[in-house]
Amino acid sequence: MNSMLPTSKRPTRRPLAALVLGVAVLVSACSKKPETAPVPETSPAAAATASTAPATTATTPATPIAPVVDTAAERARREAARLKAREDSIAAARMLASKTAAELKAALVATVYFDYDRAELRDDTRAALEAKLPILRANSALRLRVQGHTDERGSDEYNLALGQRRAASVQRFFTDRGVEAGRFALVSFGREKPASAGDDDASRSKNRRAEFEILAGGEGLAGPR
Amino acid sequence: MRGCWSGIIGLVACAASAQAQPGGVRIGLTYAPGVKPGIVIAPIGGVLGDSAHAMLGRDLDFGDRVSVIAAGSALAPTTVTGKAPNYALLAKLGAAGLVQVELAPGRVRATVHDVGAQRIIDTLSVALPAGGHSRPWRAALHLLADDVERVLTGTTGMAHTRIAFVKGGRTWLVDSDGAFAEPVSDGSALSPTWRRDGGALAWTVLSNAGTRIQVKELGSGRLSSLVATPDGLNITPAFTPDGSAIVYAHGLDNGTDLWIAPVAGGEARRVTVGRGSDNTSPTVSPDGRRVAFTSGRTGHPDLYVADLDGTNTDALTDIGLDDDSYRSGPDWSSDGRSIAFATRLGGQFQIAVLSLRDRAVKVLTSDGKNEDPSWAPDGRHLVFTSSRTGSQELWVIDSESGRLRQLTRERGARLSAWSPRLPAAP
Repeated sequence: MNSMLPTSKRPTRRPLAALVLGVAVLVSACSKKPETAPVPETSPAAAATASTAPATTATTPATPIAPVVDTAAERARREAARLKAREDSIAAARMLASKTAAELKAALVATVYFDYDRAELRDDTRAALEAKLPILRANSALRLRVQGHTDERGSDEYNLALGQRRAASVQRFFTDRGVEAGRFALVSFGREKPASAGDDDASRSKNRRAEFEILAGGEGLAGPR
Repeated sequence: MRGCWSGIIGLVACAASAQAQPGGVRIGLTYAPGVKPGIVIAPIGGVLGDSAHAMLGRDLDFGDRVSVIAAGSALAPTTVTGKAPNYALLAKLGAAGLVQVELAPGRVRATVHDVGAQRIIDTLSVALPAGGHSRPWRAALHLLADDVERVLTGTTGMAHTRIAFVKGGRTWLVDSDGAFAEPVSDGSALSPTWRRDGGALAWTVLSNAGTRIQVKELGSGRLSSLVATPDGLNITPAFTPDGSAIVYAHGLDNGTDLWIAPVAGGEARRVTVGRGSDNTSPTVSPDGRRVAFTSGRTGHPDLYVADLDGTNTDALTDIGLDDDSYRSGPDWSSDGRSIAFATRLGGQFQIAVLSLRDRAVKVLTSDGKNEDPSWAPDGRHLVFTSSRTGSQELWVIDSESGRLRQLTRERGARLSAWSPRLPAAP
């Protein structure tokens, strides 16, 4: 339980820090290279190239050696740059907003794990489900498929029932907290779809799990309030 | 009468044969535990004769009720052919029976002799399709071997059968001697089971939308689904003896219970009340009144038996109380007398047989991981999954002698189901 608390809080802090950093990078990039109006990028890879751009252009300084001259033309240029930077920061904020939705999605579909031959929820499993709960509450159109899985020990057939019981106990966690049962579809694959191929303890602990798939309402996830 | 070898009991009086044969000569007429009557199969003429001879010999050998004496080629033709073979010589070789086979166009005939009584017991004939080595041609010889075994021992053989199994997510069929493996399902089919007439299989289909039971008619290839309980888990089907209904495990959000539903469509009825536990892998008694199954109702998977209406539930074995205890996958023998299952011993699954007469349990295997046993129609042999070679393969064991043979070399075969005796090809 304790070990999971920081991770469950992290998503609310990290976006803020990233937002500040991201805007700063974009603003500095734009103010130094105002001529080449940067196209708002959405991929993190493109953002990374944009941030390295100033370093490369700095080695080849522009022809006007004179320092900043306070002419009307220069003022207009600065104003344009400022507006451009503002637009870019808005675009970046939008991008980060969508990234937050992606992070919400990641928390929602994060796999949870079980003990051997058990469908009861462990503390860490409970904490991971707790993190999904506000997202389910804030997005009433959201429907999830819960897939129960087992490790390879035991009977292949009996394991299918165990996987179903794991999916059902995940569903019960949510329905006990007021989320409607109709928002979940339960399915079991028993031991048939292992996440890890080995038969050692590390692989087995990865295979005793419930996975989540968004069936509906996964677009534009609202953050928990 | 108990001292007699059952098949030829009626033909020769025990006392007479005991006097006629000096002590120590192995003749089938004097029954000795663990000693099987010797049989000679005479060389078979024709282009396909040698293949047919090998097949019949193997089928009789796999039946474990007779001992095939590999002397046929060493004997002068006059010894083993004709209506009056050299019985005295055959008896010296340890043969109690002689089988002469003739491959005629469209027909294979066998003459079975009682060597001790120096007479013909019976003549048999099976339609033989053209095309040597084809599946129908081999099926005809399997059918003949089963009939020869019936004449020799009183018990029909089980060579003309097939075994359904799962490999790579699909259901396959293979002949009882390991030949002609072929897939019969698309993807994601588990736990195949036979209808008692051998004309259809049912299995579990896994998909993202849930699991369901599918029935395939082997003659027409027609597929149908059991739709009585469309949602959730629908696994481990078992036909009732009359083939009209399927008992299966159905689970939604509160454990998995056994249900029964008509194959032709109609409402499903719940059989077990597991109160949130898992109840799977039913096997119906041959009289259609009882069902044995795996249940985790006391914590560990164990074996139970109930009436098909869900009443009179009883544990089949002592309930396992230690953490290692795990019994699963029961299969009721077609003679109704035994239930085979897998039990975990020392951390490894092994095949065991429960005698319903005295509830005695006999463990049959000890090497590697062995599970999911399924009875042959002779009520004596079992096919099961074993990892003893390093990969999952199907093996056949004689539950009486413990004799083993590897059936598949597929690298990943499991969940086998032995067919009933199959009808002659049309």
